[in-house]
Amino acid sequence: MKNIEFRTAASAQGGLVVMAGVPGVAAGSRVQLRDHAGRVRSGLVIRSANDAVLVEVFEGTDALDLERTWVRFLEEPYKLPVSRDMLGRVFNGSGRPCDGRPPVISADRRDINGEPLNPAARAYPREFIQTGISAIDGMNSLTRGQKLPIFSGGGLPHNRVAAQIVRQAKLLGEEAAEFVVVFAAFGASHADARFFQESFEESGVLNKVVMFLNLADEPVIERLLTPRAALTAAEYLAFDLDYHVLVVMTDMTAYAEALREVAVLRGDVPARKGYPGYLYSDLAELYERAGRIKNRRGSITMIPVLSMPSDDITHPIPDLTGYITEGQIVLGRELSNQGVYPPVTVLPSLSRLMKDGIGKNFTREDHPHVASQLFASYAKALEVRGLAAIIGAEELSDADRRTLAFADAFERRFINQGEDEDRSIHETLNLAWDLLSMLPPESLIRVSEEELTKYHKGAA
Amino acid sequence: MGKILEINGPLVKLDLPQTVLGEQVRVGRLGLVGEVISRDGNTALAQLYEDTAGLCPGEEAEGLGWPLSVELGPGLLGGIFDGVQRPLQAMWEQSGDRIARGVAVASLPRDRRWHFAPDPRCLAGMPLVGGEVLGTVQETESIQHRILVPPRVQGELLELAPEGEHTVEDVIGRVRLADGRIEKLHLFHRWPVRTPRPFRQRDHAVAPLITGQRILDTFYPLLKGGKAAIPGPFGAGKTMLQHQVARWCNAQIVIYVGCGERGNELTDVLESMPTLTDPHTGRPLMERTLLVANTSNMPVVAREASIYVGITLAEYFRDQGYDVVMVADSTSRWAEALREVAGRLGQMPVEEGYPAYLGSRLAAFYERAGRVETLAGDHGSVTLIGAVSPPGGDFSEPVTSHTKEIIQTFWALSKELADARHYPAVDWLESFSGYVSSAAKWWADNIDPGWEASRAAALDLLAASEELQRIVNLVGVEALSSEQRWTLEAASLIKEGLLQQAATDEVDSFASPEKQFALLTALLDIYRQGMKLVKLGAPARRLIQMPLLAQARRWKSQHSSDDLEALKAKIAAIPAAFEPLLLEYAPAAPSSAMEEIRP
Ligand SMILES: Nc1ncnc2c1ncn2[C@@H]1O[C@H](COP(=O)(O)OP(=O)(O)OP(=O)(O)O)[C@@H](O)[C@H]1O
Ligand SMILES: [Mg+2]
Repeated sequence: MKNIEFRTAASAQGGLVVMAGVPGVAAGSRVQLRDHAGRVRSGLVIRSANDAVLVEVFEGTDALDLERTWVRFLEEPYKLPVSRDMLGRVFNGSGRPCDGRPPVISADRRDINGEPLNPAARAYPREFIQTGISAIDGMNSLTRGQKLPIFSGGGLPHNRVAAQIVRQAKLLGEEAAEFVVVFAAFGASHADARFFQESFEESGVLNKVVMFLNLADEPVIERLLTPRAALTAAEYLAFDLDYHVLVVMTDMTAYAEALREVAVLRGDVPARKGYPGYLYSDLAELYERAGRIKNRRGSITMIPVLSMPSDDITHPIPDLTGYITEGQIVLGRELSNQGVYPPVTVLPSLSRLMKDGIGKNFTREDHPHVASQLFASYAKALEVRGLAAIIGAEELSDADRRTLAFADAFERRFINQGEDEDRSIHETLNLAWDLLSMLPPESLIRVSEEELTKYHKGAA
Repeated sequence: MGKILEINGPLVKLDLPQTVLGEQVRVGRLGLVGEVISRDGNTALAQLYEDTAGLCPGEEAEGLGWPLSVELGPGLLGGIFDGVQRPLQAMWEQSGDRIARGVAVASLPRDRRWHFAPDPRCLAGMPLVGGEVLGTVQETESIQHRILVPPRVQGELLELAPEGEHTVEDVIGRVRLADGRIEKLHLFHRWPVRTPRPFRQRDHAVAPLITGQRILDTFYPLLKGGKAAIPGPFGAGKTMLQHQVARWCNAQIVIYVGCGERGNELTDVLESMPTLTDPHTGRPLMERTLLVANTSNMPVVAREASIYVGITLAEYFRDQGYDVVMVADSTSRWAEALREVAGRLGQMPVEEGYPAYLGSRLAAFYERAGRVETLAGDHGSVTLIGAVSPPGGDFSEPVTSHTKEIIQTFWALSKELADARHYPAVDWLESFSGYVSSAAKWWADNIDPGWEASRAAALDLLAASEELQRIVNLVGVEALSSEQRWTLEAASLIKEGLLQQAATDEVDSFASPEKQFALLTALLDIYRQGMKLVKLGAPARRLIQMPLLAQARRWKSQHSSDDLEALKAKIAAIPAAFEPLLLEYAPAAPSSAMEEIRP
């Protein structure tokens, strides 16, 4: 069957082709289409019956002449050849090399859809990764094997933050971390892609990076393959070759939009804002590929980047992402406008795995309480700031004025830091105590009395 | 034998005459399993529990002759099963880290031998009815597994095995049915998951489920046999709260269903439960716990089934006379699975793509909770706690709004509280419980007759402070009277010293009813004593500066539930802390007068 070319395309519309009279085609099987110009496109069988087979074409169906289209059914799912030689290479959105170098040769070809990890096989992520960024390490710590997205918006420095994390991430007490990067871009601009490439080059890790690029002007449907190909490479590097893999994917919004486009063509029932009801499951298939596995040394830590349409965190894409990932780092326009870098809005940010990877034996014994206190004090301070905006700062009590000063200092000194500034967790925690010391000790009830005595600069 | 006509995502159209709705089918070379969901003449539509990639039209399909069923018998506790009750631990050992397709592994271990002790009352020749207890197997140190006659079996007991070791498949007895056929009895039986297990009658729920969480037990109680929902946006703490309930509640059996959620959360339960001890029995918590896991990356049809697998397991332990709690995280993912299949069937969507029967399916599911008199005459209960994940945190969406009408206890989580790291982020104004008066009786009998009044006083205080906060937000705190400022301060004391309860705080993660009540009355006492002083003319500012307020906020974390004497000593010293101010503002009244002016 896979050597027979069928010329029975009955209809085509926006990326979907219906083939007539091809009996016995396997669901999910890969398809090769040769058009009248001899150009080869690839696709996937998404519905199969003896009288009609529905094929999704990744390069789209533009300029497809039905009478002069030859189709082969390859009888296998979409696969990616994997090998150590992927490191340092650049692939296109469907996993073919696009750096002008020869293809990766390997007998080991893997279904890019992967297979779900058995929950009984997972090992819980517990190792603290120091990113050198106070707002993350101190209050939303990342652990090895976690999926922690960056929620951002147009014009915000999410790429710079992601690149800084990639440059600075290390395990505590470990020298040169044995880690590699898988970078996947879908719908990203050439400038974004170049920014990352240069940043990897500068930090001298380019030969430890695998890149998968589907840029803004490349086929939309191909974006459905790009993260899958990238994660297949990541799984191989992590669980076959024992690497600690950091996966950066950008922009998940472009991915979800591609999914919506195909769903509309298929006639799937929409749920919210035209996105199909299965957007959640589809995103989960990607995000859940992060993690650790018992008895395996490697790990996949994932940092997806997504831009929130109209900065709206309740939009289906950030919303469903937040429901799947283990927290989120939210970048805010207000802080950014005030010149704060990285503009991490800490209150809506969260790391769910933080509680199991910090504190005694991991970072420092006071870390959990300090983080909790910073959240509480800053939340309180923002209330006061809101009040001051209404009644005027002059009307505030002394205590409230101190609280305001804390909020300002917290944003200027704790959140704000240099793009090359790599703070150790001890520096971050000491800085936190400097700031908490601006507040009266009796107002700090999230930290213990012993911790107050030990660290609070104004405590008796 | 039938064959495949069409494959469309998880749905497969089959040429399969004579199948019945709900029948299990096995299709294709891979032997994928699914169930028939509609029929039209000779064609049937089946939804498959596994990914359909690779199936071809023309491949074989066969009906298996039974509906989706679970195996009920020893070997369940401490285990983790997928959405169609395949044992994930055993599958991991057999087929590796990834869940391969078409793997058939028996739910209960076949080679393990259990020590069966027949019930001495069961004698050959006696009549037996379904649900009766044949004997017991000590499954874990803390749980005795009662071996039940399958509910639909009725007849004369011909023989019953003597005490000894058996595998689940060994024949341990025989019954002559009314029609003369002989039915063999085993340590386990099967039950179709979409059919509620029968019982004699429903009982009133009477005792609260103690979870050790103050905002739940003291403010919005749930009864054993009750139904509760935990709605909240992502990250608000639904899972943590369910973990807390699974850990600390005073049920005998806990069924944790991870429905379309994260793999790591199940790993967390699997890793932490064996190391924690049940505060009520002192045994490792894993001995009473069972997990059903269909994580978000596992096939969506099995996700729909997982909820029913969980509730059937819960009913089975209820039928043994146990109090069972089932937590389902998240019922929204189950509803979405329903929506996905409905969409592919071309059924008319009504709201946000959900089919018209969403509400009735939800109601029928929650209806399987309850306290009952079992067929054997015992009492058992299933308490159901479902997390709800509303898109965008909007509680008016279909799943939340339907659920709200069905359940009696509503633990609403708030994004604002979670953002300020006030945990558990249960909103004290949005939440409700229809079980307060029943719970009050239990608290009065077991803890203190003043519980209901104290609870109401604290809620009034919180509501009053909400009003005042609105004023403050408009004109600032200076506009408030001293009384009002003290009310605000006392409400904040209640929030921080009582409602906030970090799951991660080793001392305070679980609070016994005694500790809950002691803290509640202590903080109210501070409020009242302060209010008397304000009424005597003391400015709120002086009161707010009292070190007692900062100290009282720490009491919860300083004294565990086993160490209440020290806490009570501190509480007894509350009047002394007010003494200096009292002398100042009511110089005429000696300190003992303080007692008299207390309400
Ligand atoms: N009771 C609690 N005590 C301490 N921390 C909590 C508590 N509840 C929630 N948290 C914190 O909030 C985080 C998110 O909680 P959780 O995972 O339960 O949210 P969720 O509502 O289940 O979110 P999702 O819908 O995305 O699954 C936790 O990882 C923890 O850091
Ligand atoms: Mg959750």
